[in-house]
Amino acid sequence: MNEHRILVIGGGPAGMETAYQLKNLGLNPVIIERSDKLGGNLSRWDRLFPTSEPAEALLEKLMEQTKDIEKKLNAKITSIEKENNIFHLKLSNGINYKADAIVLCTGFDLFKAEKKQEYGYGIYNNVITNAELEKYFKTHNDERINEPKRIGFVHCVGSRDVKVNNTYCSKVCCATALKQACEIKEEFPEADVYCFYMDLRMFGKGYEDIYLKAQKDFDIKCVRGRVCEVSENIEGKLVIKAEDTLLGTPMKMTLDLLVLMCGMEKSKSSNEIQKMLNISNNEDGFIETRDLFSGLNLTKEKGVFVAGACTSPKTLPETLAEARSAAMEVFNYLGFQDVRN
Amino acid sequence: MIDFGFCISKSSHIMMDDIDLKYFNKLETLNPDIKTCMSCGLCTATCTAGNFTDMSFRKIILMLQRGKDKEAVRLVKKCMMCGKCMMLCSRGINTRNILLSITRIYNE
Repeated sequence: MNEHRILVIGGGPAGMETAYQLKNLGLNPVIIERSDKLGGNLSRWDRLFPTSEPAEALLEKLMEQTKDIEKKLNAKITSIEKENNIFHLKLSNGINYKADAIVLCTGFDLFKAEKKQEYGYGIYNNVITNAELEKYFKTHNDERINEPKRIGFVHCVGSRDVKVNNTYCSKVCCATALKQACEIKEEFPEADVYCFYMDLRMFGKGYEDIYLKAQKDFDIKCVRGRVCEVSENIEGKLVIKAEDTLLGTPMKMTLDLLVLMCGMEKSKSSNEIQKMLNISNNEDGFIETRDLFSGLNLTKEKGVFVAGACTSPKTLPETLAEARSAAMEVFNYLGFQDVRN
Repeated sequence: MIDFGFCISKSSHIMMDDIDLKYFNKLETLNPDIKTCMSCGLCTATCTAGNFTDMSFRKIILMLQRGKDKEAVRLVKKCMMCGKCMMLCSRGINTRNILLSITRIYNE
């Protein structure tokens, strides 16, 4: 084993894949994870688009790959200092690490739905988030989801919205919404399911097929227009307002369940670490990469690399591909091969 | 009652709860390809009648889905059955057959 030690900060899919590839390259990675388990946001999900593959299957694969890699769970980083291109990292439990490079894989948080107060999350009982629906699919235990007859999905919650200071697209919500719409229709075949979208950004392999399948086989009704407000009627049902922008007419309807497709924001927990490493954010509030083309895994700071959704919203295949390329960048950096560093 | 000359304006909102989609469901059962419309507007852009009137196949489908049956049937009457929309439709929807079905179902 090479003595080069690399600290991978964050134990989600990006961190797990980066560490695995670093190990394959003969380096010595350590995964530093703040929570008590690996998996990150992936462990909250039930099935993955476009194929509705169980999230657990991918998680198990990543777990298997990282089983021999050193990990520090429940780790709280108190300081990181850089001296002669060597990083000195201290954890709150007194453990110290010396490392040649750091890979930030701090991932994303879902947008806090209560910030869009007009959608009534946290006010009305039957307004839930995409993550809560995934949890329901996993556990089938949520008293709010009780034989709904009419279900709505609101796309772009906390994305493409200057009112919450997130002007970017979160990329994954369109495909997730239609995936979840099909899944809930499978569970409640009698229900009418409406998706309120602005654009359907089905860009990846197999995504357009979800859209066609949702229309054809599941009778999901896509309405182009953003829901402007949600209220509750005397029976406790939700009343929503939106414009059908393809017809140019405002509409109102009663729903039994409303699912908010919360977008991605950079994980809050990465802020402190970025401060220690002098790494800034870009205009979307994600970690700034060296450029947007060949330097996607690099930061302005020499020896600090990035992978996954901490630099912009990403799908899982993108995150995993980026993790692999980050490992290669670290390898090149240590092997003094890279003209860019 | 004394008429003061005031009246209440009708809401311009489509009330989805009050719409009866009985006919549309029948249409959909006969022509399931209707579900795959993504409102791209190819049909309307190429429409011979649409060039001179407000005929729009895309809008007819939307109107029927939103319970605006009368308006939709009014538009259907402007169709000249040339079939250009059918040749172009990127979802492969049999538009001409749908228009004929609409005439049959909604005139019942």
